Amino acid sequence: MDYAGVVVLEILYMIAFLALISAGLAIVFGMMRVINLAHGEFVMLGGYTTIACSKAGMDVYFAMLVVAPVVVAAVGLLVERLIIRWLYGRIIDTMLATWGLSLLLVGLVTLIFGTSAVSVPAPIPGYQLGSYQMGGYNLFIIGITVLLLIGMWVVLRFTRAGLIARGAMQGPDVVAALGYDPGKVYMVTFTVGAALSGLAGGVLAPLTGLLPSSGGAYIAKAFITVITGGAAVIAGTLSSAVIFCVINQLVSFASTPVIGEIAMLALAIILLRLMPQGITGRFFRSGT
Amino acid sequence: MSDWRSTGKMQWGWFLIALAVLVLLPLVFDTYTMSLLLVWALFAMSLGLMWGYAGLLSFGHAAYFGLGAYTYAIAAVNIGESSVPLLLAILVPALFAAVVGAMMFYGRISDVYMGVITLVVTLILFNFMSATAGDAYKLGDARLGGFNGIPGFPTLNVPGYPQMSLAGVPTYYICVVALLGCYLLSRWILARSFGRLLVGIRENEARCELMGYNVPALKTAVFTLSAAMAGLAGSLFANWAEIVTPSVFSLRQTAEVLIWVLVGGLGTLLGPILGAMVLGAVKLYLGEQTVIDNSLVLGLLLIIVVLGVRRGVVPTLQSWWVARARRRARKPGARRRLGSASDRPA
Amino acid sequence: MTVSRRDFLAAAGATAAIGALPTRGFAQGKPIKLGAIFDNSGNLDIYGKPIVMTTQLAVDEINAAGGVLGRKVQLIQYDSQSDIALYTKFAQQLVRQDKADVVHAGITSASREAIRPTFTRSNTLYFYNILYEGGVCDRNTVCTGTTPAQANEPLVEVGMKRWGNKVYIVAADYNYGQITAKWLAHYIGQRKGTVAKTDFFPLDVADFGSTIAKIQQEKPNFVISALVGGAHMSFYRQWAASGMNKRIPLASTTFGVGNEHLALSPAEGDGILIVGNYSQEIQTPANKSFLAAFGKRFGDTKIVHELAVSQYQGIKLWAECMRKAGSLDRAAVLKAIESGPKIDGPSGVVALDAKTHHAALDIYVMEVQGQKLTIKETYKQRAPSDTAQYCDLIKNPKENKQFEVNI
Repeated sequence: MDYAGVVVLEILYMIAFLALISAGLAIVFGMMRVINLAHGEFVMLGGYTTIACSKAGMDVYFAMLVVAPVVVAAVGLLVERLIIRWLYGRIIDTMLATWGLSLLLVGLVTLIFGTSAVSVPAPIPGYQLGSYQMGGYNLFIIGITVLLLIGMWVVLRFTRAGLIARGAMQGPDVVAALGYDPGKVYMVTFTVGAALSGLAGGVLAPLTGLLPSSGGAYIAKAFITVITGGAAVIAGTLSSAVIFCVINQLVSFASTPVIGEIAMLALAIILLRLMPQGITGRFFRSGT
Repeated sequence: MSDWRSTGKMQWGWFLIALAVLVLLPLVFDTYTMSLLLVWALFAMSLGLMWGYAGLLSFGHAAYFGLGAYTYAIAAVNIGESSVPLLLAILVPALFAAVVGAMMFYGRISDVYMGVITLVVTLILFNFMSATAGDAYKLGDARLGGFNGIPGFPTLNVPGYPQMSLAGVPTYYICVVALLGCYLLSRWILARSFGRLLVGIRENEARCELMGYNVPALKTAVFTLSAAMAGLAGSLFANWAEIVTPSVFSLRQTAEVLIWVLVGGLGTLLGPILGAMVLGAVKLYLGEQTVIDNSLVLGLLLIIVVLGVRRGVVPTLQSWWVARARRRARKPGARRRLGSASDRPA
Repeated sequence: MTVSRRDFLAAAGATAAIGALPTRGFAQGKPIKLGAIFDNSGNLDIYGKPIVMTTQLAVDEINAAGGVLGRKVQLIQYDSQSDIALYTKFAQQLVRQDKADVVHAGITSASREAIRPTFTRSNTLYFYNILYEGGVCDRNTVCTGTTPAQANEPLVEVGMKRWGNKVYIVAADYNYGQITAKWLAHYIGQRKGTVAKTDFFPLDVADFGSTIAKIQQEKPNFVISALVGGAHMSFYRQWAASGMNKRIPLASTTFGVGNEHLALSPAEGDGILIVGNYSQEIQTPANKSFLAAFGKRFGDTKIVHELAVSQYQGIKLWAECMRKAGSLDRAAVLKAIESGPKIDGPSGVVALDAKTHHAALDIYVMEVQGQKLTIKETYKQRAPSDTAQYCDLIKNPKENKQFEVNI
């Protein structure tokens, strides 16, 4: 019975993990139709920022929840001004440029931090679930993700900024019709997306050994989750994260993590074949 | 990208010059590096064919390259000779692509969604091949070997004479023949109605469909053809490297070929070929020093090219060349803008 | 006065160049070419970068001491960027274009098997200085890293003595991990222990939640890990985050090789039992002067790991072979290699075994304490007995393959 609890908690954690690393990409893709292939590196930067700050004596929560998003948002803003804004409407060129950016960031971080893995210890101790010892920090990640998703939903649904953002999902002319400059809206969107990536990196830093090349591990998963989810930012990301993780973890527990991963990927193909516009393209109409 | 380049005239003069250069090259240069560049060029051209002309973007072209390499290695270990493995290395990826392609195109999947499916197929192959280190994974006499791959399979030999190896310079000429042969084949196909239909699909899929053409079948066909060429490139790569590892399926391999094609230029065959050879050479050159981190340089280069030369190098040069020729032909002063309206950002 | 970065770099470069100048004049003759191919960028650069550094260090030291055969050693170093294709390409380049006299190259077994045939075919002497799964039997190749039989038995012995009989094995899913798991099971069985379960993980798996739950279900006395690489670091972190490090002891055959002990905090890493050929805590003059030299040349010595030291010793061992051979003549060099040359390196004595072209090495069972590897037991000069079961190059000099260990 305890074991079932362990399985459920692991699945919840995986869902949170996937939703967290996908949120930034989902916002940028959902609103701007830009696929940011440097997304994984943004997450990695968030992690490095957190670790560097906490090594410098800063409170680790402050580092991951405030400093990491702010730093990565600044990087995002810079990138948008220097690169992305020249490429709007050219989805492939953007992917290419951001892929170049991802290489560049890996190179820069290697230069600054070296290649040894860095990390900070999890600030929350483990706890006992029946006869099993569980990671307490995993619960924290689940909590943060829930808060983040609720926050995103509230902003999109009930605020002026959310209205503009939903307008942006319809297309740049809608933003213009609302009386705003689409260029400015995109700039803010990209920055917010980057901040979310930074937050994800910061929050996940205590659970992984971080290397300059760690970003590569996130991008493929986030990319598949976001596209399979479809255009709706929250519902899409969440629904595909749930489906993928349940399958992945159930198969992992029954066999090995590799087969779990392969089952998840096969499922992505089947889902896209059945619902070519993503899950939300079929089942959800609203923009959130 | 609406310049209708597919019907551009075959420039036999340039082709023969290229042929002569490639044939004579071994006299001056070490063929070993050149062989690799030719293999990469063929791989890039295979993607350029379906992406540049039919507008089908695959994020996972490494799948077919890798399948070609693995098929060759596994078959060569079992058969002990190279002719049949080489054929299989073309057929297996082609068949696999036909199945994947039919599944996608009859399901009306396109754009980014097609990108994801092709990417996922590659990831599955990569994950699977990486997990085959155990004793149980054996095909005939060939151990799949997981991360370590399959070393030590027989390389190309004179057909029918397994002990007469073609390693070295002969392999280089085989690469030349493969690349130029595939190039001519592609040109021939593109000059026929099939090729024009592909461009038609790229420009306006709905219209082609309404005119009664079977668009999914056409797309599947070009996807299969492209995969066959990628498979051939993969098997030649296996021959060159004398080992195949799951890295042939890696994201890096996939991303690199995308970049070569894009930097070289979409909508041409020459662009991807030159893109692969030049960028490949840069990558090799950067490997000869240990001072600068190579990812840094490649990344910077990429951003600059995308921002600076938007359509890829070869199309830009081409339209410059065409415009210059026109300027000369007409009265001086009659200026034309390079590129057409649809090249501007939407 | 302000110093611009360019000035600083120029000055630093000049200092380095002076440091590299020979202190003694060289006899006439072209330099001897030593080729090296390692991953100085890409996924594997965590292993590769320190190796590149110690390679430079070793060659500089040899030159400062008068070179080899009275000739200068010229280092030709290539960066394979964690790409197998580049290994093959640079190996060909070293053989054909550079005409290297010896090559020290390769990190993963895949990279070694990609380039070894090239060197064997062209009779270019090849050194592989990395710990690996064992079994390479090729007269042209010298392997100076540890193999499973050398390292695993001490670890199993100490672990079982400390904690008990039931062991759970987690290993990387490739050749090294698979073969290491077999040897571990063999030694555990010999001592009347049982293996509760063995799990294999591909190198990119980074989530170990389900595995940690499975381990708790089996309740082993301790866990042995043969996990490898950056992604697998997460296992130790998640193990500690769930509090398991206080409940089930952990031993590892690979921990520390990628400086994992520096990435984990003391609270997370303390108490992990590991085995290997090197610790920075070794208190010998050879190790102290090596670390001092490394520090002087590159600054921080923290990143020096077993592979980097192994590479350093491999080059020194090659120089010793050349001294014994007295010429570059292939027959003389092979004879020197098979005459039992040995050096006293930072990790202890490295003595070459004539039959296998592998090295007998000192093995240390260590415990992670405060981000340091504290030596608990020393096993002097353990022979590469796994490879020796199959390989006898004196009897069969034409042998050229990698034997798969089957127990």
